[in-house]
Amino acid sequence: MVSKYSNAVLLPLLLFGVVIAIWSAISAGIPGFPPPSEVWSELLIVLSDPFYNNGAGDQGIALQLGNSLARVFGGFALAIAVGVPVGLLIGMSKSAYTAFNPYIQILKPVSPLAWLPLALFVFKEVNTTAIFVIFVTSIWPIIINTALGVRSVSEDYLNVARVLQLSAFERVFQIILPVAVPFIFTGMRLSLGIAWLVIVAAEMLTGGVGIGFWIWDEYNNLNYSHIIIGIILIGIIGYILDAAMGLIADFFDYRKRGLK
Amino acid sequence: MSAKPFLKIDHVDKIFPLGGGKEYVALRNVQLDIRENEIVSIIGHSGCGKSTILNLIAGLDTISNGTILLEDKHILAPGPERAVVFQNHSLLPWLSVYQNIEMAVRKVLGEDLSNSEIRDHVMKYIDMVNLGHAKDKYPGEISGGMKQRVGIARALSIEPKVLLMDEPFGALDSLTRANLQDHLMRIQMQTGNTVVIITHDVDEAVLLSDRVIMMTNGPEATIGEILEVNLPRPRNRLELQNNPEYLRCRSAIIEFLYSKFAKDDE
Repeated sequence: MVSKYSNAVLLPLLLFGVVIAIWSAISAGIPGFPPPSEVWSELLIVLSDPFYNNGAGDQGIALQLGNSLARVFGGFALAIAVGVPVGLLIGMSKSAYTAFNPYIQILKPVSPLAWLPLALFVFKEVNTTAIFVIFVTSIWPIIINTALGVRSVSEDYLNVARVLQLSAFERVFQIILPVAVPFIFTGMRLSLGIAWLVIVAAEMLTGGVGIGFWIWDEYNNLNYSHIIIGIILIGIIGYILDAAMGLIADFFDYRKRGLK
Repeated sequence: MSAKPFLKIDHVDKIFPLGGGKEYVALRNVQLDIRENEIVSIIGHSGCGKSTILNLIAGLDTISNGTILLEDKHILAPGPERAVVFQNHSLLPWLSVYQNIEMAVRKVLGEDLSNSEIRDHVMKYIDMVNLGHAKDKYPGEISGGMKQRVGIARALSIEPKVLLMDEPFGALDSLTRANLQDHLMRIQMQTGNTVVIITHDVDEAVLLSDRVIMMTNGPEATIGEILEVNLPRPRNRLELQNNPEYLRCRSAIIEFLYSKFAKDDE
């Protein structure tokens, strides 16, 4: 009998074997494509000294990832600072919604990378440019989900606020935000996920220190095993970011606190 | 009872615009004086505008024509002197039972009270509805009847002049409803609140009320008849079963609702 728990370990391991087999077949067929064994030994080397720093072009993997994460969190924090108030405003005011909505709908589908050359021209500096691109990436889901959260506040709660004569300030903090916060965190979680996708591409274009440029640089160095290492590490960090945001979101969600 | 009306609804119309220049006249010329300490219920078929009257008194909706006066003051907006017990309790789900009431007390009476006075005040009303054991529970963790008791405690805790109840027990099963009706009568005898209850339940109207206001059907609904219920308090539902006055009131309302103003689609 195979228990549910051992299934959760055995099945992915089984698939892992299949993936390794296919990967080995590909590397046997394409000259120069690194086999799993080579990537594994390279990974150990890369992880053995993650913090070395030999100047701008040559730094350890942890510093590369750290630079990318810093840009993501910088742009993400700016997007929260701007997006949440704007979302609250357009959620609460029909006029503000009418004014903002066409621009949001038009700007939302634009790839954040399309802003990159313009930002580079304005800021003339890659770090600020990358942060700006992440800001543009993150802001739309935050605005849209915050406004959705505000609009999902039940009329009954607002009537309670009216009977108690809550001020606009009290209404926002005691009625609207408790309802909207889970929505805001959903928006933040979406934003952070997309931001982590976009930073890799943005850094490939801007250059400098960062995991995106590191991967591009290793392509130019013909060091393909490092590209695969980059993909794996980006995936693991993206998973950790998403799981952490999920935990934070649950912590602020009254529906998951009150009802056990 | 004072001769002067406490709450005066004076020639009130309520007209809803429908768009395209059309309009729906929900209420036409509603005229009613409610005395202090009185329990009045408003009964009628659905769509008769009974909840609209309550919303107008609460100030949650605006009057189209006429005036409503509470102690000679015009009602123009919602206010805590007219507390509302909503049909679906409307407790804030992220606050515990205690916090739901505390929030209302702090907002309405908070300036005059110390923290320990607020705590005593909140607990007084929690105990009044016998929910001391559940004070730290969240609304999602307690039954529908208990939620509505919290709703009543919250409304009473801000010491309103009028307690407005919009079909407060409509969503509850009949045993729970009977229990809450008894709670309400006992509490009203203690506090002496003026209470306006919207209901569609004939027995509930007779049991609870000093007067039953019977509404005609909409559109242009208005007050059809007013029935005085001359039963002494405290009232006991068991003893009333064969009481001639109870039966007279009951059949008068049934006669009104199902003969004079019968509605086909109910």
